[in-house]
Amino acid sequence: MNVLTDNFPTYWEGFLGTVQLTVYSSLLALVLGFVIASFRVAPVAALRFFGTAWVTVLRNTPLTLLFFAVLLGLPRFGLVLPFEVFAVLALGCYTSAFICEALRSGINTVPTGQGEAARSLGMNFRQTLSLVVLPQAFRSVIPPVGSTLIALAKNSAIAGAFSVTELLGTYKTINELGYNIVWTFVWIAAGYLVITLAISALFNLLERTWGVAR
Amino acid sequence: MTGAASALYDIPGPATRRRHVAYGVLSTVVLLALVAWILYLLFDTGQFTSTKWMPFAYKGIQELLLRGLGNTLKAFGIAAVLSLALGGLLATGRLSEHRPVRWAATFVVEFFRAMPVLVMIFFIFVALKVQPLPALVAGLTLYNGSVLAEVFRAGVNAVERGQKEAAFALGMRKTQVMTYVLVPQAVRAMLPAIISQLVVALKDTSLGYLITYEEFLHAGKLIASNLDYDLPFIPVVMVISPIYIGMCMLLSWFAGWVSRREQRSPKTEAVVIAAAGPGTLLPGGEPPTAPRP
Repeated sequence: MNVLTDNFPTYWEGFLGTVQLTVYSSLLALVLGFVIASFRVAPVAALRFFGTAWVTVLRNTPLTLLFFAVLLGLPRFGLVLPFEVFAVLALGCYTSAFICEALRSGINTVPTGQGEAARSLGMNFRQTLSLVVLPQAFRSVIPPVGSTLIALAKNSAIAGAFSVTELLGTYKTINELGYNIVWTFVWIAAGYLVITLAISALFNLLERTWGVAR
Repeated sequence: MTGAASALYDIPGPATRRRHVAYGVLSTVVLLALVAWILYLLFDTGQFTSTKWMPFAYKGIQELLLRGLGNTLKAFGIAAVLSLALGGLLATGRLSEHRPVRWAATFVVEFFRAMPVLVMIFFIFVALKVQPLPALVAGLTLYNGSVLAEVFRAGVNAVERGQKEAAFALGMRKTQVMTYVLVPQAVRAMLPAIISQLVVALKDTSLGYLITYEEFLHAGKLIASNLDYDLPFIPVVMVISPIYIGMCMLLSWFAGWVSRREQRSPKTEAVVIAAAGPGTLLPGGEPPTAPRP
């Protein structure tokens, strides 16, 4: 127990680091995922190709390799940014591929008849999309997006190994102080559980409020 | 879109088609410009100088890379076999009729799915002072085994109820119902989800790099930090990423192929077992052929 009380500032800093990393990367992943998903359903072949390539490559890239390439590789280009920013970039881009697929399958769950009905009522493309298709798609993608973001929170642990301040990385500092290593990890594990359970609870709430029972 | 495959668009008329062609040209130009800019940056920062690419011509370095690749595949192979075994065991536990067994299995599955794999690997490596290879394999096995247990359970539960009832009616015992009737049918439907989980295991072997297991990425790092070749970091990334990504894509493609074949087969109903999510307590999941994040 005193591992936690004695090192509370270290843990707290790490915890906040993980939360920050998760929040910023989630935002990036959601925005990018939305953009790429709209590329993938666009009527323009070049954009569809780009979207497919983005998703295929990123989904099959080991995240460690991506971190390795971004955090250690981009500086060689002369692009020097804080490690935190690089970590958000890597995590966000990686997760965007999964968000994109979730959104796309959400759009595909909307029956074609809905769009046809909207058009036959005289709605233009913007109206069809914003009033008929997206609201329905949005409701069916809540669970998969939720589990993708939980995976993101867990994946953020890798950033700690690349010397970004976050929860898993705190073990090193505490270990050097000579505390019981098993208890150190118990509290790290508890920290991750708090974060994943919080995201899970948030998405359960969203699901209850807006989800569809199919 | 070919035909009206989505709710979003109508089949385009001639004017729209012309407009789409214009958009197509415009976006191609933008994308090509982006690629050209990246290439320019690569040339500008001297990534294509012969010193930086020289190491790949040496036999010793090729052997180093091959050894790394071998170690990656070794870790993947062991972890895959053990995860399948653990998954089977835990799924049996979760489907058990004995409440304590079921609770224990549920707890194990939920806990290991909710933990970041890296935390487990570090715990085993640092706290239990295990060698890198067993630590990596143990971490991967615990995580993927728990996820696979959920896939197995979903597969068995997806077999039509009547099958089980009929088997019981014939006087089979529970073990017989499982091994003769339910599991053989479930395996076919689960296969794509199992293979895509193996893609995750393959991707995660690269975590071994972080605990100094001498795998592929580790070999790359050794070459990349060599001053004699002017720190050939970008060339190393350009050589090892296609190999890594290629291996995973091959396995993903295989999962997709199996899944498409299964759905066409008249022997299996078109049951799709979604890949089990990370420990979430959330309903739903992703399409089966997607490797998990």
